[in-house]
Amino acid sequence: MLLRKVTQSPAICSTVFRLQPAITGAQRQTGAVVAVQNGRFYASQAAEVRLVIAYQYNVFIITFSNIEAHNFSPQESKSFAVNMFKGQISTSQVFPFPSVLNEEQSQFLKELVGPCSKFFEEVNDPMKNDALEKVEELTMEGLKEMGAFGLQVPADLGGVGLTNTQYARLVEIVGMHDLGVGITLGAHQSIGFKGILLFGNPQQKEKYLPKLATGEHIAAFCLTEPASGSDAASIKTNAVRSPCGQYYTLNGSKIWISNGGIAEIFTVFAKTPMKDEKTGEMKDKITAFIVERSFGGVTHGPPEKKMGIKASNTAEVYFENVRVPAECVLGEVGGGFKVAMNILNNGRFGMAAALSGTMKGVISKAVDHAANRTQFGNKIHNYGAIQEKMARMAMLQYVTESMAYMVSGNMDSGATEFQIEAAISKIFASEAAWLVTDECIQIMGGMGFMKDAGVERVLRDLRIFRIFEGTNDILRLFVALNGFQNAGNQLKSLQKALKNPFGNAGMLASEITKRAKRKAGLGTGLTLQGTVHPELNHSGELTVKAIEQFGAVIEELLLKHGKRIIDEQFVLKRVADCAIDLYAMVVVLSRASRSLSQAHPSAQHEKMLCETWVTEAHERVMQDIKFLRSGTSKQIFKNLRAISAAVVENGGVVSPHPLGF
Amino acid sequence: MSARVLVGVKRVIDYAVKIRVKPDRTGVVTDGVKHSMNPFCEIAVEEAVKLKEKKLVKEVVAVSCGPQQVQETIRTALAMGADRGIHVEVSGKDYETLGPLQVSKIFAALAKKEQADLIILGKQAIDDDCNQTGQMTAALLDWPQGTFASEVTLEADKLKVVREIDGGLETIKINLPAVVTADLRLNTPRYATLPNIMKAKKKKITNVKPADLGVDVSSRLEVLKVEKLKEAGRI
Repeated sequence: MLLRKVTQSPAICSTVFRLQPAITGAQRQTGAVVAVQNGRFYASQAAEVRLVIAYQYNVFIITFSNIEAHNFSPQESKSFAVNMFKGQISTSQVFPFPSVLNEEQSQFLKELVGPCSKFFEEVNDPMKNDALEKVEELTMEGLKEMGAFGLQVPADLGGVGLTNTQYARLVEIVGMHDLGVGITLGAHQSIGFKGILLFGNPQQKEKYLPKLATGEHIAAFCLTEPASGSDAASIKTNAVRSPCGQYYTLNGSKIWISNGGIAEIFTVFAKTPMKDEKTGEMKDKITAFIVERSFGGVTHGPPEKKMGIKASNTAEVYFENVRVPAECVLGEVGGGFKVAMNILNNGRFGMAAALSGTMKGVISKAVDHAANRTQFGNKIHNYGAIQEKMARMAMLQYVTESMAYMVSGNMDSGATEFQIEAAISKIFASEAAWLVTDECIQIMGGMGFMKDAGVERVLRDLRIFRIFEGTNDILRLFVALNGFQNAGNQLKSLQKALKNPFGNAGMLASEITKRAKRKAGLGTGLTLQGTVHPELNHSGELTVKAIEQFGAVIEELLLKHGKRIIDEQFVLKRVADCAIDLYAMVVVLSRASRSLSQAHPSAQHEKMLCETWVTEAHERVMQDIKFLRSGTSKQIFKNLRAISAAVVENGGVVSPHPLGF
Repeated sequence: MSARVLVGVKRVIDYAVKIRVKPDRTGVVTDGVKHSMNPFCEIAVEEAVKLKEKKLVKEVVAVSCGPQQVQETIRTALAMGADRGIHVEVSGKDYETLGPLQVSKIFAALAKKEQADLIILGKQAIDDDCNQTGQMTAALLDWPQGTFASEVTLEADKLKVVREIDGGLETIKINLPAVVTADLRLNTPRYATLPNIMKAKKKKITNVKPADLGVDVSSRLEVLKVEKLKEAGRI
C-alpha cells in the first residue's frame, strides 16, 4: 500500500470539536459571502491539523492529516483521474484521443503486425501448449528468433526498441491467440527485467539487456512470498550487507513466480537492514536486486499445476546464502518498494492491450456461431437475448481497447502521473475479458463448453488476470485512496488559503459558491461542450454531471470519515467502481469524438457504442452515489460486517439446514 | 560468384480475405482490404535468399510495380533477406490495367539495366492467375526459362530445374542468364523476424518510372465487367 497509517494521538482526540453537518433545503443559498468563524488551528506533533470553516450557516469540520505517500501529486496534476476526485475535469491527457505514433513509427509497426500475426496463426499451437503445460520448443525458438523477447529493449542493445503504444499493438496479437505464451513473454519483459530498463545504471543495462533481448536468458519478477501477497511490504526474504560492502547475502523463498523454473535473471525484492538517518535506529527496508542463477544458491521447485495459463511456467524459487554483488542493487538501497510499484505500474497497460485482443478473438468466435446457428427457424443472432450479449461484449471490448491505448499514449507522451488510470485499466480489462469470454461460451451453448472450440481454455487462462499484478480488490482500494488523498490535498490548500482569508477572498468565495451550486443541483460551470464532438454533447453533459456529483460525494465522505476513510472498505469499493465507470465514460467519449471528427466509416457505430455505454454508466454512478449518501448504506455495511463475522466465527455457514439436520 | 538476382514481388489481396465485387462491377473492392505479398513471390524471394546464403549469388534485388503501397511488399522482401529494392512507380488507371505484358517489358528492361544474371518470379499471382509474366519476360530477353520449378540447383553457369508438369516431374538444364518461376513446393518461406524488419529499414529502395525504362504501360485489354459466380463450381 502506498499510504502509511498515521497514528491518532489521544490528546488531540479529546479536543475535537465536532458538529454534525446540517444541511436542509431551506438553507440552500447561492453566492453567499463567506464568514469565517473560529478559524483556529490545532497543530500536533502527529502533524494533524483541524480546521473549522463556517460555511454559510453550516459549520463543517475538515479533518485531515499529512499522509505521507510515495506518490504525492503536486497541486496541479494533469491526470484526469486525480482531478475527477476533486470534481474537476482536466482534459489534457484525455482529449483528444492520443495519437502518438509518427509516420515512421506507424509504418514500422504495420510491418511488424503481419509477421507477428502469421507466427501465432501458423506456428504457435495454444491447445498443444495447454496440454503439454509448456510452450513447445519449436515455438519458443521461433519467438526468440522473432525478437519477441526484447520488444522494448533499445535497438542498440539488441532489442526492437518499441514504444509503449507499439508494444501494446503487438501484445494485443499475442493476447488474441495464446495467453499462456503472453504471460511467458510478459513475465519476462513486462515485469521480469523492466526494473533494469527503468532503474538500471548503464553498466547493468549493457551487461544484462542484450542476452535478455534475444531470449538467451529469461527473466522473472520475484516479490510474492508464502506470507506476503497483497501485503508486499511485509516480505521476509532478507539481504544482509557484507562488512566489506562488496556483496549481500540473500536468503528467502518466493512463491508463484512466473518463469521461476526457466529464468536465469531474477529481479528479487528483499529486506535490507538500514540505519535511519534521522533516528539512528536500524530499520528493515526493501531493496531490489538483480540476481543471476549463476551466483549459486538459487534453486526452484516443480512447475505448479494451475487452472489456466498452463503453458506458462510457475514455480517456487529458493535463495540460500546467495552472494549478490553490490553492483547488482537495482535503484537505491532501501528504495525497493518504489521500484516494485513502478515496475508493476509501468506494465499494466500491457495487460489491458492483451486482453482487448483476447476479447476481439473471442467475440469473432461468438459471432461466427451466432450468425450460423439456426434454432426455431432463425439464425440465433436475430434473437434479442443473443443481441444483448453481443452488444455488451462489443461495448466492453471497445472500452478496454480505448483505455489501453489512452494509457499507453499518455505514457508515450511523457506523462508521469498515470497510476490511477493504469490501475483502472487493469481492473476493467480483467473483469471485462472474463465477462465477455463467459458470454461467448453461453452464446455457443454446449459447443462453448467443449475443449475443441478453444474458448474454455481462454476462460481458464483469464481467471488469473483478476488476481495477479495487484488483485482487483487491492487496486480498487488503491484507486479510491489515491483519489481521496489527492482530494484531501486540495482541501489542504484551502486550509492554507484560510490562513489568509482576506487575501484569498476570491478563491474562497468561488470554492464556497461551487459547493453551494453543487448542493443545489445546479451545474458548476463545468462542461465538455467544445471538447467532445457536437454529436456527443448529450453524453458529454451526462458525464459532467456525474463527475460533479462524484467530486461532491468524495468531499462529503472525507468530511464524514476523515482519515478513517482508509478503513471504510465498503465505501472505498463503491467509490472505485464509480471512478472506473467515469474514466470509462470519458475514454469512449474521447475515442468516439475522434472517429467522428475524422469521419471514420465506423464513426456512427462508435457513436452508438459510446452513447449506450455513457447512459448506462451514468445511471450506475448516480445509483452508487445515492446509495453512499443514503442512510441505508450504513445499515447494509453493518449487516455485511456482522454476517461475515458470524460466518467466520462459525467456520462456515451459520444457518442450520432447512431440514433441521 | 558475382551473380545478381532480380526477384519480382507482387502486392495482392491477402489469400484469407473474403473477396467482394464492387457494386459498379468494374472490379473487386481493394480499399481498406488487407494486402500482402503474393505467396508464390514469397517462395521466389526465399529461393533467391537461399542462393545468396549458399554464396552462389552476390546480390538479391526485389522489384515491384505499382503505387506507393507496394513499398510495404518490397520491405517484406528486404526483411526476408533481399539486399535492395526497386519500386517501379505505376499508379491510377495505369495500375488498374497493368498486366503481364507490361510487367514483363519492365522486367526485361530492368534486367538489362541492372545486368541481372537470374530472374526469379512466382509462377502466377493469386489475383489474376495469369501465369504469363515469367514466360513473356524470358521471351522478350531471349533467355531460357525454367517454369513451375520445384527444385533449382546452380551448377557452374548452368541451372538444373526440376519442373512440376501435368505428367509428373521434368528435369531440364538451362544456361544462365535465365528466368525461373517458382511453384509451391520449391521451398517454405521464412518468417520475417522483427530484428530483420528493423535491419530492412536501412536497406535502400530506388524509385524508377516505366518511362525511364522506355516501357509503355498502356493496356491492350479492356475489362468489361467483373461478376461474382452465382454458384461456385457450376458454369
